[in-house]
Amino acid sequence: MNLSQFLPSGIELSYLLAAGLFIVGLKKLGSPASARQGNLIAAIGMLVAIVATLLNQGVLNYEMILIAIALGAAIGAVMAQRVEMTDMPQMVGLLNGFGGAASALVAVGEYWYYIQQVDRIPLSETVTIILSVLIGGITFTGSLLAFVKLQGLITGQPITFGLQQPFNISLLITFLVGSGLLIADPHNAEIFLGLIGISLVLGVLFVLPIGGADTPVVISLLNSFSGLAASAAGFVLSNNMLIISGALVGSSGIILTQIMCKAMNRSLPNVLFSAFGAAKTFADAAGEGTQDKTLHTIDTEEGAMMLGYARSVVIVPGYGMAVAQAQHAVRELADQLERLGVDVKYAIHPVAGRMPGHMNVLLAEANVPYPQLYDMDDINPEFDRVDVALVIGANDVVNPAARTNQSSPIYGMPILEVDKAHHTIVVKRGMNAGFSGVENELFYKDKTMMLFGSAKDVVAHLVTAVKELN
Amino acid sequence: MTDPLITGLVVFTLATFIGFEVINKIPPTLHTPLMSGSNAISGIAVVGALLVAGEKNWTLTVILGLIAVVLATINVVGGFLVTDRMLQMFKKKDVKA
Repeated sequence: MNLSQFLPSGIELSYLLAAGLFIVGLKKLGSPASARQGNLIAAIGMLVAIVATLLNQGVLNYEMILIAIALGAAIGAVMAQRVEMTDMPQMVGLLNGFGGAASALVAVGEYWYYIQQVDRIPLSETVTIILSVLIGGITFTGSLLAFVKLQGLITGQPITFGLQQPFNISLLITFLVGSGLLIADPHNAEIFLGLIGISLVLGVLFVLPIGGADTPVVISLLNSFSGLAASAAGFVLSNNMLIISGALVGSSGIILTQIMCKAMNRSLPNVLFSAFGAAKTFADAAGEGTQDKTLHTIDTEEGAMMLGYARSVVIVPGYGMAVAQAQHAVRELADQLERLGVDVKYAIHPVAGRMPGHMNVLLAEANVPYPQLYDMDDINPEFDRVDVALVIGANDVVNPAARTNQSSPIYGMPILEVDKAHHTIVVKRGMNAGFSGVENELFYKDKTMMLFGSAKDVVAHLVTAVKELN
Repeated sequence: MTDPLITGLVVFTLATFIGFEVINKIPPTLHTPLMSGSNAISGIAVVGALLVAGEKNWTLTVILGLIAVVLATINVVGGFLVTDRMLQMFKKKDVKA
């Protein structure tokens, strides 16, 4: 067997190897101890796949390709170095978008090749190209819009307009009709361009009505889409490597989407189509007689006493803590408490950050050891033995109304049951409602103490006050 | 319907099952790195982009392919590097102390 015969099989085998490396890498990502190695293994898999592809006899355009790779690698490396951990959702959103765009471009390029070179385009080819353009296009513009929203370039609130649903549906029908026409006449490039346009618009319309609190779901879903887009491109090129990798990412994104929906007790269609948190849900949710109740406020010295003389403290960080950049102060507080012999744990709600697992990364960045981080299901049974639950910048995820008040919009959402602790200290900027716009009766309970101020200042004062305890 | 399409569907379905099995067991602590890491894997579109950009002519196909190579490479390199940066921070105990 000479080289020219061996090469195609060699490339296919390399793809198989790469796919295997991806699976092993993902598996190793499942434990903090082996995760870094897993990521490296997946990266090696990618390198194998790229090198094998460059050996393909159809690939001749080396200079330009190497320039393109170098350019992309440089941009990617700079982005990865520069990004703040709080901005990770935007970063992943943007990368999703690039991946989706690349897959769509592959399909468009392949279509162009076909209409130039081939008289009869096979049906299966037309169908997969249409699918690839649709998924890739939606992923691209949807991710870019999610990025713009998360970055705060436009409002994070849901954006809705009259007849939004009928408009979306008619657009989708137009796409289907256009697809039918293209299948009947595959060489009609105008129709194809129209389909591209509709896909891009659909991506925007899909993310537009989704509010800030729901971004963990959207980012997960777009992550899944970017995988499916790669799979679709794989179908276009009849390349199993692309199909496998895309399917892995697609299923991973779907799982995370499900987890996020469950954590908010909402169905996926509800997240996508209901514009939750829009102005109309605010009004009827508020004011269930919370006005005449009293708040118990304390100062940081009292707070420090409660914490310092407790046996066990559970810290419940919310996104407010991350926004205030108080992670490092929080960790220092935990260090001081541990010095006094207090048992300190962190309770992490699945939607505590802006993407799945975001809060864990933010705390890891502040050098909090990961064995101290507890998931909701693990920590909830322990709260009635906890002396003080310290809630920092979290609101909806500790709202007991989710358990008790059937009329509340967040009823049924799993929460961290801090109200079961002996005492609860809530560090909060002011008395405005949470992301969902729902009042929180936790703040008015007798054993709840409020500590008002910016999370960073309050925690810093707590640290100083705890240091003086002995 | 053609044979490669059927093979593709078989491969896609089986790979989806593998994905569900492998990823279901990943703890919430690692969900963000999982997402950015799998995100990097979705940059596998770079392989398709390379194939499309391979011809040594300046056709529209090649130009689109090259743009796709740039975008997919950003996705791949950015995704893996940022995942590594995050995972570095996950420590069991504080080392500097």
